[in-house]
Amino acid sequence: MRRVAVIGVGCSKFGELWDMSFRDIVLSAGIEALEDANLEGREIDAIYVGNMSGGRYLAQEHISALIADYAGLAELHIPSTRVEAGDASGGLALRQAYMAVASGMHDIVIAAGAEKVTDVGAEMAMDILSSSADREWEVFCGANLPALFAMIARLHMEKFGTKPEDLAKVSVKNHRNATLNPKAQFRREISLEVALNSPYVAEPLRLFDCAPISDGASVVILASEEVAKKYTDTPVYISACCQASDYIALHSRRDITTMDAVVHASKQAYKQAGIEPKDIDVAEVHDSFTIAEIIAYEDLGFVEKGRGAELIREGVTELDGEIPVNPSGGLKACGHAIGATGIRQAVEIVLQLRGDAGKRQVDAERGLALNIGGTGATAVVTIFER
Amino acid sequence: MLPRFWRKIKYRYNLVGTYCENCGTYYYPPRNLCPKCRRKSRIKEVQLSGKGKVISYSVVHDAPENFKMMKPYVVALIQLDEGPVITSQLVCKPEEVKIGMRVKAVFRKYGEEGESGIIYYGTKFVPDEKIG
Repeated sequence: MRRVAVIGVGCSKFGELWDMSFRDIVLSAGIEALEDANLEGREIDAIYVGNMSGGRYLAQEHISALIADYAGLAELHIPSTRVEAGDASGGLALRQAYMAVASGMHDIVIAAGAEKVTDVGAEMAMDILSSSADREWEVFCGANLPALFAMIARLHMEKFGTKPEDLAKVSVKNHRNATLNPKAQFRREISLEVALNSPYVAEPLRLFDCAPISDGASVVILASEEVAKKYTDTPVYISACCQASDYIALHSRRDITTMDAVVHASKQAYKQAGIEPKDIDVAEVHDSFTIAEIIAYEDLGFVEKGRGAELIREGVTELDGEIPVNPSGGLKACGHAIGATGIRQAVEIVLQLRGDAGKRQVDAERGLALNIGGTGATAVVTIFER
Repeated sequence: MLPRFWRKIKYRYNLVGTYCENCGTYYYPPRNLCPKCRRKSRIKEVQLSGKGKVISYSVVHDAPENFKMMKPYVVALIQLDEGPVITSQLVCKPEEVKIGMRVKAVFRKYGEEGESGIIYYGTKFVPDEKIG
């Protein structure tokens, strides 16, 4: 296995991008990444793109070739592959690209993620996202994604004493961080009172516990260590990129307050990187719902099971805390562009490790990204170091 | 989507699950392969009792299109006495629900696809007052 470096990153604006098409969004992220790496299209060996549901959001399949085409690469005939795992699709694309370079198959590979969701209404958008859970035996009963995470939250509260205030604090933190991120969807601080008094979506989760469903695209460019040296003086290395799966439905899992796929993928990743959870300086985790961030603290080993809320209460995961989590604003406030999210997280960690994160810069040598699909039936954990 | 629904009618209407004779585990929704025994699975269909208790629940306010008429409605994870956990709706007042509460299965309507489309029926749960 060869060492793999990130040599360029790009990200579109996240949000309700009414005046931009799927193609426009992808291109804006792609051009930024190519300029960042100072790379020409003809140097690219392969493309992997994470996209959950072009079919239902746009009635457009064959996203792989479409992206290569509108990136101006059609005549270069570069192999382009779409991968899908619900909202972990971006994480999968990153891992496919990582494996392609690590194995020696390719030298320079694009990992992209993209989703255009606002061409359908908000209700349809949630219905489509909910198909990352079990359509026949969960969603059929009216248990859509917010309801499923609500049941996780309810049991976590019952077993471990996690409070609505703890969930709201995650939202407040991520909104505060997003004010410092020019790409973020929501760039306004919110108060604890506003979060705690927002309407219920699915009890105990309120509006401010739920990430939006957003338009957006992100791109990272990977290269072998040797090739990377020709393009950048500040490569960020991927020291592990591990993926795990679990039962698709919550009702089949051993314990719904633990995402076993996250535990499994992160243990593998720490082992491969030769580090422990305490060695992580900054993390981007999948806060599709606030409870998911608290559970992520536990399942990633930042704190023991049941004590996740303590990290948010004590400010450990704030921007100036011991392990800043979601400096970008996370899915909650930066926006959740489904298939783009896993790559967007990687972009943030790379910017943080290079020292290019602007006003939200933290001091970090090692970072972690956690991307999950649905309620955790897929998890991708990637560890980066400079 | 019609065939997708009617091919599971037996399991949805009557709460028929499966049982692995090799390890003695019950499954709902039904599985053709036991995840514990895999190729050693010996699966047969069984009628489940429909009695169980609430593991977790949520009162849904922001309802999906098909469920607007019911809101707010209660979804729950219910552990049946035979062991498997099932996702279903609870037919009761939202303030009545408690984790650990005993419930029993009933046959109810879930929704319909427009004026002339299929009507979805299935299993929901109600508080089981006899046991309390």
